[in-house]
Amino acid sequence: MASGDDVTSFDARLVRQDIPLLHRIVNGHPITYLDSGATSLTPRPVIEAMSRYYEQHHANVHRAVYVTAEEATATYEGARLAVGGLFNAQNASEEVVFTKNATESFNLLAKSWGRANLKSGDAVVLTQMEHHANIVPWFQLRDEIDIDVRFIRVDDEYRLDLSNLDALLKGAKLLSVTGMSNVLGTINPLRALADAAHNNGALIAVDAAQSIAHGPFDVQALDVDFIAFSAHKMLGPTGIGIFWTREEILQSMPPFLGGGGMIADVRMDGYTPANGPTRFEAGTPPIAEAAGLNAAVLYLQSLGMDNIAKHEADLTADALARLGDEFGDVIRVIGPGTTLNRGGVISLDVQGVHPHDVAQVLDQFGVCVRPGHHCAKPLMKRFDLAATVRASFGPYSLDEDTSVLLEALAHSVKVFA
Amino acid sequence: MSDFENLYREIILDHYRSPRNRGELPEPAKKVEGFNPLCGDEVVVFLEVTDGVLSNIKISGHGCSISQSSASLMSAAVKGKPIDQVREKIATFKQLMMGHEKKLTNEDEQPKIDVRALGELAALQGVVKFPVRIKCATLSWNTLSQGLDELSL
Repeated sequence: MASGDDVTSFDARLVRQDIPLLHRIVNGHPITYLDSGATSLTPRPVIEAMSRYYEQHHANVHRAVYVTAEEATATYEGARLAVGGLFNAQNASEEVVFTKNATESFNLLAKSWGRANLKSGDAVVLTQMEHHANIVPWFQLRDEIDIDVRFIRVDDEYRLDLSNLDALLKGAKLLSVTGMSNVLGTINPLRALADAAHNNGALIAVDAAQSIAHGPFDVQALDVDFIAFSAHKMLGPTGIGIFWTREEILQSMPPFLGGGGMIADVRMDGYTPANGPTRFEAGTPPIAEAAGLNAAVLYLQSLGMDNIAKHEADLTADALARLGDEFGDVIRVIGPGTTLNRGGVISLDVQGVHPHDVAQVLDQFGVCVRPGHHCAKPLMKRFDLAATVRASFGPYSLDEDTSVLLEALAHSVKVFA
Repeated sequence: MSDFENLYREIILDHYRSPRNRGELPEPAKKVEGFNPLCGDEVVVFLEVTDGVLSNIKISGHGCSISQSSASLMSAAVKGKPIDQVREKIATFKQLMMGHEKKLTNEDEQPKIDVRALGELAALQGVVKFPVRIKCATLSWNTLSQGLDELSL
Protein backbone atom coordinates (compact mmCIF):
# COMPACT_ATOMS: atom_id res chain seq x y z
CA MET A 1 0.00 0.00 0.00
CA ALA A 2 1.15 3.49 -0.76
CA SER A 3 0.53 5.22 2.51
CA GLY A 4 -0.86 2.79 5.06
CA ASP A 5 -3.40 4.17 7.47
CA ASP A 6 -1.97 7.65 7.53
CA VAL A 7 -4.25 9.55 5.20
CA THR A 8 -2.27 12.75 5.57
CA SER A 9 0.83 11.32 3.91
CA PHE A 10 -0.54 11.13 0.37
CA ASP A 11 2.26 11.05 -2.15
CA ALA A 12 1.54 10.48 -5.84
CA ARG A 13 5.13 9.28 -6.35
CA LEU A 14 4.52 6.40 -3.95
CA VAL A 15 1.27 5.59 -5.75
CA ARG A 16 3.25 5.37 -9.00
CA GLN A 17 5.51 2.73 -7.50
CA ASP A 18 2.43 0.55 -7.08
CA ILE A 19 1.38 0.82 -10.74
CA PRO A 20 3.33 -1.62 -12.97
CA LEU A 21 2.08 -0.08 -16.21
CA LEU A 22 3.62 3.30 -15.37
CA HIS A 23 7.04 1.66 -15.69
CA ARG A 24 6.60 0.80 -19.35
CA ILE A 25 8.60 2.47 -22.11
CA VAL A 26 6.46 3.49 -25.10
CA ASN A 27 7.99 4.73 -28.38
CA GLY A 28 11.27 5.24 -26.54
CA HIS A 29 9.75 7.30 -23.74
CA PRO A 30 8.50 6.43 -20.25
CA ILE A 31 4.71 6.26 -20.56
CA THR A 32 2.84 9.47 -19.68
CA TYR A 33 -0.64 8.30 -18.86
CA LEU A 34 -3.28 11.03 -19.15
CA ASP A 35 -6.35 8.96 -19.98
CA SER A 36 -7.75 8.13 -16.53
CA GLY A 37 -11.13 9.48 -17.69
CA ALA A 38 -11.31 6.51 -20.06
CA THR A 39 -9.87 3.97 -17.64
CA SER A 40 -7.62 4.19 -14.60
CA LEU A 41 -4.39 2.27 -14.18
CA THR A 42 -4.34 -0.72 -11.85
CA PRO A 43 -2.23 -0.77 -8.67
CA ARG A 44 -0.49 -3.98 -7.65
CA PRO A 45 -2.75 -4.69 -4.62
CA VAL A 46 -5.73 -4.88 -7.00
CA ILE A 47 -3.90 -7.22 -9.39
CA GLU A 48 -2.72 -9.34 -6.45
CA ALA A 49 -6.21 -9.58 -4.97
CA MET A 50 -7.46 -11.05 -8.23
CA SER A 51 -4.50 -13.42 -8.57
CA ARG A 52 -4.95 -14.51 -4.96
CA TYR A 53 -8.59 -15.20 -5.60
CA TYR A 54 -7.83 -17.43 -8.60
CA GLU A 55 -4.92 -19.15 -6.85
CA GLN A 56 -6.56 -19.78 -3.48
CA HIS A 57 -10.32 -19.27 -3.41
CA HIS A 58 -11.83 -19.73 -6.88
CA ALA A 59 -15.24 -21.38 -6.82
CA ASN A 60 -18.73 -20.39 -7.86
CA VAL A 61 -20.69 -18.23 -5.43
CA HIS A 62 -23.99 -18.83 -3.62
CA ARG A 63 -23.98 -22.53 -4.55
CA ALA A 64 -21.84 -25.09 -2.79
CA VAL A 65 -20.85 -25.72 0.84
CA TYR A 66 -17.16 -26.59 0.48
CA VAL A 67 -14.49 -24.32 1.92
CA THR A 68 -13.41 -22.48 -1.22
CA ALA A 69 -17.04 -21.94 -2.26
CA GLU A 70 -17.72 -20.31 1.09
CA GLU A 71 -14.61 -18.19 0.64
CA ALA A 72 -15.62 -17.13 -2.88
CA THR A 73 -19.06 -16.12 -1.62
CA ALA A 74 -17.51 -14.18 1.26
CA THR A 75 -15.17 -12.44 -1.21
CA TYR A 76 -18.03 -11.46 -3.49
CA GLU A 77 -20.39 -10.29 -0.73
CA GLY A 78 -17.52 -8.57 1.07
CA ALA A 79 -16.91 -6.43 -2.00
CA ARG A 80 -20.55 -5.31 -1.90
CA LEU A 81 -20.09 -4.02 1.64
CA ALA A 82 -16.72 -2.40 0.89
CA VAL A 83 -17.88 -0.50 -2.17
CA GLY A 84 -21.08 0.56 -0.42
CA GLY A 85 -18.90 2.07 2.29
CA LEU A 86 -17.12 4.21 -0.28
CA PHE A 87 -20.27 6.24 -1.00
CA ASN A 88 -22.03 5.74 2.36
CA ALA A 89 -24.77 3.29 1.42
CA GLN A 90 -27.01 2.70 4.44
CA ASN A 91 -27.46 -1.03 3.89
CA ALA A 92 -25.03 -2.09 1.18
CA SER A 93 -25.87 -5.80 1.24
CA GLU A 94 -29.45 -4.96 0.21
CA GLU A 95 -28.71 -1.94 -2.01
CA VAL A 96 -25.58 -2.53 -4.11
CA VAL A 97 -26.03 -4.44 -7.38
CA PHE A 98 -23.05 -5.66 -9.40
CA THR A 99 -23.37 -5.15 -13.14
CA LYS A 100 -20.88 -5.29 -16.02
CA ASN A 101 -20.15 -1.55 -16.05
CA ALA A 102 -21.83 1.86 -15.58
CA THR A 103 -23.51 1.48 -18.97
CA GLU A 104 -25.23 -1.72 -17.87
CA SER A 105 -26.22 0.02 -14.64
CA PHE A 106 -28.05 2.68 -16.65
CA ASN A 107 -29.70 0.01 -18.76
CA LEU A 108 -30.84 -1.66 -15.53
CA LEU A 109 -32.25 1.65 -14.33
CA ALA A 110 -34.11 2.38 -17.58
CA LYS A 111 -35.28 -1.13 -18.31
CA SER A 112 -36.24 -2.24 -14.81
CA TRP A 113 -37.19 0.89 -12.82
CA GLY A 114 -38.10 2.85 -15.95
CA ARG A 115 -40.41 0.26 -17.49
CA ALA A 116 -42.15 -0.31 -14.14
CA ASN A 117 -42.56 3.34 -13.17
CA LEU A 118 -42.88 5.38 -16.36
CA LYS A 119 -45.84 5.56 -18.68
CA SER A 120 -46.50 7.33 -21.95
CA GLY A 121 -46.06 11.09 -21.55
CA ASP A 122 -43.91 10.93 -18.39
CA ALA A 123 -40.71 12.93 -18.61
CA VAL A 124 -37.09 11.99 -17.91
CA VAL A 125 -34.77 14.99 -17.66
CA LEU A 126 -31.13 14.62 -18.78
CA THR A 127 -28.43 17.19 -19.54
CA GLN A 128 -26.57 18.10 -22.72
CA MET A 129 -23.33 16.95 -21.09
CA GLU A 130 -24.35 13.31 -20.56
CA HIS A 131 -22.34 10.33 -21.77
CA HIS A 132 -24.21 8.21 -24.34
CA ALA A 133 -24.67 5.62 -21.56
CA ASN A 134 -27.12 8.00 -19.88
CA ILE A 135 -28.88 8.99 -23.12
CA VAL A 136 -29.36 5.96 -25.36
CA PRO A 137 -31.19 3.73 -22.79
CA TRP A 138 -33.74 6.56 -22.37
CA PHE A 139 -34.20 6.90 -26.12
CA GLN A 140 -34.71 3.13 -26.28
CA LEU A 141 -37.35 3.41 -23.55
CA ARG A 142 -38.96 6.29 -25.44
CA ASP A 143 -39.25 4.04 -28.50
CA GLU A 144 -40.99 1.49 -26.28
CA ILE A 145 -43.35 3.56 -24.13
CA ASP A 146 -43.25 7.06 -25.59
CA ILE A 147 -41.73 8.92 -22.64
CA ASP A 148 -40.65 12.53 -23.00
CA VAL A 149 -36.83 12.95 -22.87
CA ARG A 150 -35.76 16.50 -22.01
CA PHE A 151 -32.32 18.08 -21.77
CA ILE A 152 -30.92 20.74 -19.44
CA ARG A 153 -28.86 23.10 -21.61
CA VAL A 154 -25.14 23.67 -21.06
CA ASP A 155 -24.29 27.40 -21.03
CA ASP A 156 -21.32 29.18 -22.61
CA GLU A 157 -19.36 28.84 -19.34
CA TYR A 158 -19.69 25.03 -19.65
CA ARG A 159 -22.12 24.86 -16.70
CA LEU A 160 -25.70 23.59 -16.57
CA ASP A 161 -28.21 26.34 -17.34
CA LEU A 162 -30.58 25.89 -14.39
CA SER A 163 -32.68 29.01 -15.12
CA ASN A 164 -35.67 26.94 -16.27
CA LEU A 165 -35.04 23.83 -14.15
CA ASP A 166 -38.46 23.80 -12.47
CA ALA A 167 -40.21 24.08 -15.83
CA LEU A 168 -38.14 21.17 -17.18
CA LEU A 169 -38.90 19.09 -14.07
CA LYS A 170 -42.65 19.68 -14.31
CA GLY A 171 -44.25 16.29 -14.90
CA ALA A 172 -40.85 14.56 -14.72
CA LYS A 173 -40.40 11.27 -12.85
CA LEU A 174 -36.61 11.24 -13.01
CA LEU A 175 -33.66 13.59 -13.33
CA SER A 176 -30.63 11.64 -14.54
CA VAL A 177 -27.42 13.65 -14.50
CA THR A 178 -23.66 13.17 -14.45
CA GLY A 179 -21.72 14.09 -11.32
CA MET A 180 -18.87 15.28 -13.49
CA SER A 181 -18.69 15.73 -17.26
CA ASN A 182 -16.25 13.31 -18.90
CA VAL A 183 -15.48 15.98 -21.50
CA LEU A 184 -15.65 19.36 -19.74
CA GLY A 185 -14.61 18.40 -16.22
CA THR A 186 -17.60 20.38 -14.95
CA ILE A 187 -18.78 19.16 -11.52
CA ASN A 188 -22.53 19.55 -11.20
CA PRO A 189 -24.34 20.83 -8.06
CA LEU A 190 -25.84 17.45 -7.15
CA ARG A 191 -27.43 18.41 -3.82
CA ALA A 192 -29.25 21.39 -5.38
CA LEU A 193 -30.34 19.22 -8.30
CA ALA A 194 -31.56 16.51 -5.90
CA ASP A 195 -33.60 19.05 -3.93
CA ALA A 196 -35.12 20.47 -7.14
CA ALA A 197 -35.99 16.99 -8.39
CA HIS A 198 -37.57 15.94 -5.09
CA ASN A 199 -39.51 19.22 -4.80
CA ASN A 200 -41.02 18.42 -8.18
CA GLY A 201 -41.87 14.84 -7.24
CA ALA A 202 -39.05 13.30 -9.28
CA LEU A 203 -36.20 10.98 -8.28
CA ILE A 204 -32.58 11.68 -9.16
CA ALA A 205 -30.02 9.31 -10.69
CA VAL A 206 -26.32 10.19 -10.86
CA ASP A 207 -23.68 9.00 -13.29
CA ALA A 208 -20.81 8.76 -10.80
CA ALA A 209 -18.30 7.22 -13.26
CA GLN A 210 -16.10 10.32 -13.29
CA SER A 211 -16.76 11.26 -9.64
CA ILE A 212 -16.33 8.19 -7.50
CA ALA A 213 -12.51 7.91 -7.60
CA HIS A 214 -11.73 11.61 -7.55
CA GLY A 215 -13.08 12.80 -4.22
CA PRO A 216 -15.53 12.10 -1.40
CA PHE A 217 -18.98 10.97 -2.56
CA ASP A 218 -21.83 10.52 -0.06
CA VAL A 219 -25.26 9.48 -1.32
CA GLN A 220 -26.88 10.43 2.02
CA ALA A 221 -25.44 13.95 2.08
CA LEU A 222 -26.24 14.45 -1.60
CA ASP A 223 -29.71 12.93 -1.10
CA VAL A 224 -29.61 11.10 -4.45
CA ASP A 225 -31.70 8.02 -5.28
CA PHE A 226 -29.63 6.05 -7.81
CA ILE A 227 -25.96 5.98 -8.74
CA ALA A 228 -24.01 4.12 -11.43
CA PHE A 229 -20.27 3.69 -11.97
CA SER A 230 -17.60 1.29 -13.21
CA ALA A 231 -14.80 -0.29 -11.17
CA HIS A 232 -12.19 0.20 -13.91
CA LYS A 233 -12.37 3.97 -13.58
CA MET A 234 -11.55 3.73 -9.85
CA LEU A 235 -8.32 1.69 -10.00
CA GLY A 236 -10.31 -1.55 -10.13
CA PRO A 237 -10.65 -4.15 -12.89
CA THR A 238 -12.80 -4.06 -16.03
CA GLY A 239 -15.93 -6.21 -16.17
CA ILE A 240 -17.67 -5.08 -13.00
CA GLY A 241 -19.92 -2.07 -12.50
CA ILE A 242 -22.06 -0.79 -9.67
CA PHE A 243 -25.72 0.14 -9.47
CA TRP A 244 -27.00 1.50 -6.18
CA THR A 245 -30.42 2.61 -5.00
CA ARG A 246 -32.20 2.83 -1.66
CA GLU A 247 -33.47 -0.52 -0.32
CA GLU A 248 -37.18 0.29 -0.67
CA ILE A 249 -36.75 1.33 -4.32
CA LEU A 250 -34.62 -1.73 -5.12
CA GLN A 251 -37.24 -4.04 -3.60
CA SER A 252 -39.88 -2.56 -5.90
CA MET A 253 -37.86 -3.03 -9.09
CA PRO A 254 -38.71 -5.97 -11.37
CA PRO A 255 -35.91 -8.31 -12.60
CA PHE A 256 -33.86 -7.26 -15.61
CA LEU A 257 -31.85 -10.20 -16.98
CA GLY A 258 -33.21 -13.69 -16.31
CA GLY A 259 -31.38 -16.92 -15.46
CA GLY A 260 -29.65 -18.73 -12.64
CA GLY A 261 -28.80 -16.90 -9.45
CA MET A 262 -31.60 -14.33 -9.73
CA ILE A 263 -34.44 -16.63 -8.68
CA ALA A 264 -36.09 -17.74 -5.45
CA ASP A 265 -37.94 -20.55 -7.22
CA VAL A 266 -38.46 -21.94 -10.72
CA ARG A 267 -41.33 -24.27 -11.53
CA MET A 268 -42.86 -25.76 -14.68
CA ASP A 269 -45.35 -22.90 -14.74
CA GLY A 270 -43.11 -19.94 -13.96
CA TYR A 271 -40.56 -18.46 -11.59
CA THR A 272 -40.28 -16.27 -8.49
CA PRO A 273 -37.40 -13.78 -8.48
CA ALA A 274 -34.97 -13.57 -5.58
CA ASN A 275 -35.13 -10.66 -3.19
CA GLY A 276 -32.33 -8.14 -2.86
CA PRO A 277 -29.49 -7.34 -5.26
CA THR A 278 -29.10 -10.93 -6.52
CA ARG A 279 -32.42 -10.50 -8.34
CA PHE A 280 -30.44 -8.40 -10.84
CA GLU A 281 -27.37 -10.63 -10.99
CA ALA A 282 -28.32 -13.47 -13.33
CA GLY A 283 -25.62 -16.03 -14.06
CA THR A 284 -22.16 -16.44 -12.55
CA PRO A 285 -21.10 -12.93 -11.53
CA PRO A 286 -17.64 -11.30 -11.85
CA ILE A 287 -16.16 -12.79 -8.65
CA ALA A 288 -12.45 -12.15 -9.26
CA GLU A 289 -13.37 -8.64 -10.36
CA ALA A 290 -15.29 -8.13 -7.12
CA ALA A 291 -12.11 -9.12 -5.23
CA GLY A 292 -10.19 -6.56 -7.28
CA LEU A 293 -12.87 -3.92 -6.68
CA ASN A 294 -12.67 -4.51 -2.94
CA ALA A 295 -8.89 -4.01 -3.04
CA ALA A 296 -9.35 -0.83 -5.13
CA VAL A 297 -11.77 0.59 -2.54
CA LEU A 298 -9.30 -0.09 0.27
CA TYR A 299 -6.48 1.40 -1.77
CA LEU A 300 -8.41 4.60 -2.53
CA GLN A 301 -9.46 4.92 1.11
CA SER A 302 -5.86 4.48 2.25
CA LEU A 303 -4.87 7.41 0.03
CA GLY A 304 -7.78 9.46 1.39
CA MET A 305 -10.51 10.75 -0.92
CA ASP A 306 -9.95 14.35 0.21
CA ASN A 307 -6.23 14.01 -0.53
CA ILE A 308 -6.96 12.69 -4.03
CA ALA A 309 -9.38 15.56 -4.70
CA LYS A 310 -6.83 18.14 -3.56
CA HIS A 311 -4.00 16.54 -5.54
CA GLU A 312 -6.01 16.47 -8.77
CA ALA A 313 -7.30 20.02 -8.23
CA ASP A 314 -3.68 21.23 -7.87
CA LEU A 315 -2.66 19.39 -11.05
CA THR A 316 -5.62 20.83 -12.93
CA ALA A 317 -4.98 24.41 -11.76
CA ASP A 318 -1.34 24.10 -12.78
CA ALA A 319 -2.21 22.59 -16.19
CA LEU A 320 -4.86 25.22 -16.98
CA ALA A 321 -2.46 28.04 -16.07
CA ARG A 322 0.43 26.63 -18.12
CA LEU A 323 -1.79 25.91 -21.13
CA GLY A 324 -2.92 29.53 -21.10
CA ASP A 325 0.61 30.88 -20.63
CA GLU A 326 2.28 28.76 -23.27
CA PHE A 327 -0.36 28.51 -25.96
CA GLY A 328 -2.67 31.50 -25.56
CA ASP A 329 -5.35 31.28 -28.24
CA VAL A 330 -3.67 28.47 -30.18
CA ILE A 331 -5.09 25.87 -27.78
CA ARG A 332 -8.56 26.43 -26.40
CA VAL A 333 -9.71 24.62 -23.25
CA ILE A 334 -13.24 23.26 -23.74
CA GLY A 335 -14.40 23.48 -20.12
CA PRO A 336 -14.38 25.81 -17.11
CA GLY A 337 -11.20 27.89 -16.83
CA THR A 338 -10.86 27.58 -13.04
CA THR A 339 -10.85 24.63 -10.65
CA LEU A 340 -14.00 25.76 -8.82
CA ASN A 341 -16.44 22.84 -9.17
CA ARG A 342 -14.21 21.37 -11.82
CA GLY A 343 -12.33 18.08 -11.96
CA GLY A 344 -9.16 16.86 -13.64
CA VAL A 345 -10.48 16.29 -17.14
CA ILE A 346 -9.14 18.80 -19.66
CA SER A 347 -10.50 18.86 -23.21
CA LEU A 348 -8.47 20.74 -25.79
CA ASP A 349 -9.15 22.21 -29.20
CA VAL A 350 -5.85 22.79 -30.98
CA GLN A 351 -6.28 25.44 -33.65
CA GLY A 352 -5.86 23.99 -37.13
CA VAL A 353 -4.89 20.49 -36.00
CA HIS A 354 -7.31 17.60 -35.95
CA PRO A 355 -7.53 15.78 -32.57
CA HIS A 356 -6.43 12.48 -34.16
CA ASP A 357 -3.30 14.12 -35.51
CA VAL A 358 -2.55 15.73 -32.15
CA ALA A 359 -2.97 12.38 -30.41
CA GLN A 360 -0.73 10.66 -32.98
CA VAL A 361 2.06 13.17 -32.29
CA LEU A 362 1.53 12.81 -28.54
CA ASP A 363 1.90 9.04 -28.88
CA GLN A 364 5.41 9.63 -30.24
CA PHE A 365 6.21 11.17 -26.84
CA GLY A 366 4.65 8.25 -24.98
CA VAL A 367 1.69 10.45 -24.02
CA CYS A 368 -1.67 8.67 -23.77
CA VAL A 369 -4.67 10.96 -24.34
CA ARG A 370 -8.06 10.40 -25.88
CA PRO A 371 -9.04 12.05 -29.17
CA GLY A 372 -12.65 11.89 -30.27
CA HIS A 373 -16.19 12.72 -29.25
CA HIS A 374 -15.90 10.92 -25.88
CA CYS A 375 -19.32 9.27 -26.28
CA ALA A 376 -20.91 12.69 -25.79
CA LYS A 377 -22.00 13.68 -29.29
CA PRO A 378 -24.86 15.97 -28.20
CA LEU A 379 -22.32 17.97 -26.17
CA MET A 380 -19.90 18.13 -29.11
CA LYS A 381 -22.71 19.43 -31.30
CA ARG A 382 -23.64 22.00 -28.66
CA PHE A 383 -20.16 23.52 -28.99
CA ASP A 384 -19.92 22.92 -32.74
CA LEU A 385 -16.98 20.51 -32.41
CA ALA A 386 -16.41 17.17 -34.11
CA ALA A 387 -13.91 16.05 -31.49
CA THR A 388 -11.44 17.18 -28.84
CA VAL A 389 -8.17 15.94 -27.37
CA ARG A 390 -8.77 15.03 -23.74
CA ALA A 391 -6.15 14.72 -20.99
CA SER A 392 -7.36 13.42 -17.63
CA PHE A 393 -5.66 12.90 -14.28
CA GLY A 394 -5.62 10.18 -11.65
CA PRO A 395 -4.09 9.94 -8.15
CA TYR A 396 -0.79 8.81 -9.74
CA SER A 397 -0.53 11.85 -12.05
CA LEU A 398 2.26 14.40 -11.59
CA ASP A 399 3.05 17.93 -12.76
CA GLU A 400 5.78 16.27 -14.85
CA ASP A 401 3.04 14.57 -16.87
CA THR A 402 1.68 17.99 -17.74
CA SER A 403 5.19 19.11 -18.75
CA VAL A 404 5.55 16.21 -21.20
CA LEU A 405 2.04 16.89 -22.49
CA LEU A 406 2.84 20.56 -23.14
CA GLU A 407 6.11 19.70 -24.89
CA ALA A 408 4.29 17.19 -27.12
CA LEU A 409 1.46 19.64 -27.82
CA ALA A 410 3.99 22.27 -28.88
CA HIS A 411 5.48 19.73 -31.27
CA SER A 412 2.08 18.87 -32.75
CA VAL A 413 1.40 22.55 -33.38
CA LYS A 414 4.80 22.81 -35.12
CA VAL A 415 4.31 19.72 -37.33
CA PHE A 416 0.95 20.86 -38.66
CA ALA A 417 1.45 24.64 -38.70
CA MET B 1 12.74 7.01 -41.34
CA SER B 2 10.61 6.24 -38.28
CA ASP B 3 7.07 4.92 -38.66
CA PHE B 4 5.87 8.30 -37.51
CA GLU B 5 7.88 10.26 -40.07
CA ASN B 6 6.77 7.78 -42.69
CA LEU B 7 3.14 8.46 -41.74
CA TYR B 8 3.40 12.22 -41.89
CA ARG B 9 5.59 12.60 -44.98
CA GLU B 10 6.05 16.10 -46.33
CA ILE B 11 3.88 15.33 -49.33
CA ILE B 12 0.99 14.37 -47.03
CA LEU B 13 1.35 17.52 -44.95
CA ASP B 14 1.53 19.53 -48.17
CA HIS B 15 -1.78 18.08 -49.40
CA TYR B 16 -3.29 18.66 -45.95
CA ARG B 17 -2.22 22.32 -45.86
CA SER B 18 -3.04 23.01 -49.52
CA PRO B 19 -5.69 20.53 -50.57
CA ARG B 20 -6.12 20.06 -54.35
CA ASN B 21 -9.55 20.20 -56.00
CA ARG B 22 -11.16 21.53 -52.85
CA GLY B 23 -14.73 22.78 -53.21
CA GLU B 24 -18.08 21.79 -54.65
CA LEU B 25 -19.62 21.27 -58.08
CA PRO B 26 -23.12 22.45 -59.00
CA GLU B 27 -25.78 20.04 -60.16
CA PRO B 28 -26.06 17.92 -62.22
CA ALA B 29 -22.70 16.75 -60.84
CA LYS B 30 -22.94 13.63 -58.67
CA LYS B 31 -22.63 14.31 -54.90
CA VAL B 32 -21.64 11.51 -52.47
CA GLU B 33 -21.06 11.74 -48.72
CA GLY B 34 -18.88 9.49 -46.57
CA PHE B 35 -18.62 9.37 -42.76
CA ASN B 36 -16.21 7.87 -40.27
CA PRO B 37 -18.43 7.46 -37.19
CA LEU B 38 -15.42 6.71 -35.00
CA CYS B 39 -13.85 10.16 -35.25
CA GLY B 40 -16.58 12.23 -36.87
CA ASP B 41 -14.67 12.75 -40.12
CA GLU B 42 -16.81 13.64 -43.09
CA VAL B 43 -15.96 13.78 -46.80
CA VAL B 44 -18.16 14.97 -49.68
CA VAL B 45 -17.11 14.03 -53.22
CA PHE B 46 -18.54 15.78 -56.30
CA LEU B 47 -18.14 14.00 -59.65
CA GLU B 48 -18.61 14.99 -63.27
CA VAL B 49 -18.36 12.26 -65.89
CA THR B 50 -18.15 13.12 -69.59
CA ASP B 51 -17.83 10.45 -72.32
CA GLY B 52 -16.54 7.81 -69.93
CA VAL B 53 -13.98 10.16 -68.41
CA LEU B 54 -13.98 11.58 -64.86
CA SER B 55 -13.78 15.11 -66.22
CA ASN B 56 -14.01 16.92 -62.89
CA ILE B 57 -13.86 16.11 -59.16
CA LYS B 58 -14.18 18.33 -56.09
CA ILE B 59 -13.87 17.43 -52.42
CA SER B 60 -15.33 19.10 -49.35
CA GLY B 61 -15.83 18.05 -45.71
CA HIS B 62 -13.55 17.98 -42.69
CA GLY B 63 -11.22 15.56 -40.96
CA CYS B 64 -7.70 14.69 -39.90
CA SER B 65 -4.59 15.19 -42.00
CA ILE B 66 -4.64 11.58 -43.20
CA SER B 67 -8.24 11.65 -44.43
CA GLN B 68 -7.90 15.13 -45.95
CA SER B 69 -4.57 14.51 -47.69
CA SER B 70 -5.74 11.13 -48.96
CA ALA B 71 -8.80 12.82 -50.49
CA SER B 72 -6.61 15.51 -52.06
CA LEU B 73 -4.11 12.99 -53.45
CA MET B 74 -6.98 10.89 -54.76
CA SER B 75 -8.57 13.82 -56.57
CA ALA B 76 -5.27 14.66 -58.28
CA ALA B 77 -4.74 11.02 -59.25
CA VAL B 78 -8.15 10.37 -60.81
CA LYS B 79 -9.11 13.71 -62.37
CA GLY B 80 -9.30 13.52 -66.17
CA LYS B 81 -8.84 9.73 -66.19
CA PRO B 82 -11.13 7.23 -67.96
CA ILE B 83 -13.47 5.47 -65.51
CA ASP B 84 -11.79 2.06 -65.91
CA GLN B 85 -8.47 3.62 -64.89
CA VAL B 86 -10.18 5.31 -61.93
CA ARG B 87 -11.55 1.91 -60.85
CA GLU B 88 -8.07 0.45 -61.20
CA LYS B 89 -6.56 3.19 -59.01
CA ILE B 90 -9.21 2.58 -56.34
CA ALA B 91 -8.48 -1.16 -56.36
CA THR B 92 -4.71 -0.62 -56.19
CA PHE B 93 -4.99 1.89 -53.38
CA LYS B 94 -7.22 -0.37 -51.32
CA GLN B 95 -4.73 -3.19 -51.83
CA LEU B 96 -2.00 -0.91 -50.52
CA MET B 97 -4.08 -0.26 -47.41
CA MET B 98 -4.76 -3.97 -46.92
CA GLY B 99 -1.05 -4.75 -46.82
CA HIS B 100 -1.07 -4.80 -43.05
CA GLU B 101 -3.76 -7.46 -42.62
CA LYS B 102 -2.31 -9.68 -45.31
CA LYS B 103 1.08 -9.61 -43.65
CA LEU B 104 -0.49 -11.00 -40.49
CA THR B 105 -1.91 -14.02 -42.29
CA ASN B 106 0.55 -15.16 -44.93
CA GLU B 107 3.50 -13.50 -46.60
CA ASP B 108 2.70 -15.31 -49.85
CA GLU B 109 -0.71 -13.71 -50.06
CA GLN B 110 0.84 -10.27 -50.01
CA PRO B 111 -0.74 -8.53 -53.00
CA LYS B 112 1.68 -7.44 -55.68
CA ILE B 113 1.38 -3.69 -55.85
CA ASP B 114 3.13 -1.64 -58.46
CA VAL B 115 4.10 1.22 -56.15
CA ARG B 116 5.46 3.25 -59.08
CA ALA B 117 2.06 3.20 -60.73
CA LEU B 118 0.68 4.85 -57.60
CA GLY B 119 2.90 7.89 -57.98
CA GLU B 120 2.39 10.36 -55.13
CA LEU B 121 -0.23 8.07 -53.61
CA ALA B 122 2.55 5.77 -52.45
CA ALA B 123 3.26 8.40 -49.78
CA LEU B 124 0.23 7.04 -47.94
CA GLN B 125 1.68 3.56 -47.50
CA GLY B 126 3.04 4.59 -44.07
CA VAL B 127 -0.56 4.52 -42.83
CA VAL B 128 -0.67 0.71 -42.78
CA LYS B 129 1.65 0.74 -39.75
CA PHE B 130 -1.12 2.56 -37.84
CA PRO B 131 -4.17 0.28 -38.21
CA VAL B 132 -6.65 2.70 -36.60
CA ARG B 133 -5.78 5.33 -39.21
CA ILE B 134 -6.44 3.11 -42.26
CA LYS B 135 -10.11 4.04 -42.13
CA CYS B 136 -9.09 7.71 -42.32
CA ALA B 137 -7.07 7.06 -45.48
CA THR B 138 -9.72 4.95 -47.23
CA LEU B 139 -12.74 7.16 -46.44
CA SER B 140 -12.59 9.30 -49.60
CA TRP B 141 -11.78 6.30 -51.81
CA ASN B 142 -14.75 4.34 -50.55
CA THR B 143 -16.91 7.41 -51.07
CA LEU B 144 -15.68 7.83 -54.66
CA SER B 145 -16.26 4.13 -55.29
CA GLN B 146 -19.80 4.43 -53.92
CA GLY B 147 -20.43 7.40 -56.24
CA LEU B 148 -19.33 5.41 -59.29
CA ASP B 149 -21.53 2.50 -58.17
CA GLU B 150 -24.51 4.81 -57.86
CA LEU B 151 -23.84 6.16 -61.36
CA SER B 152 -23.63 2.51 -62.54
CA LEU B 153 -20.14 3.12 -63.90
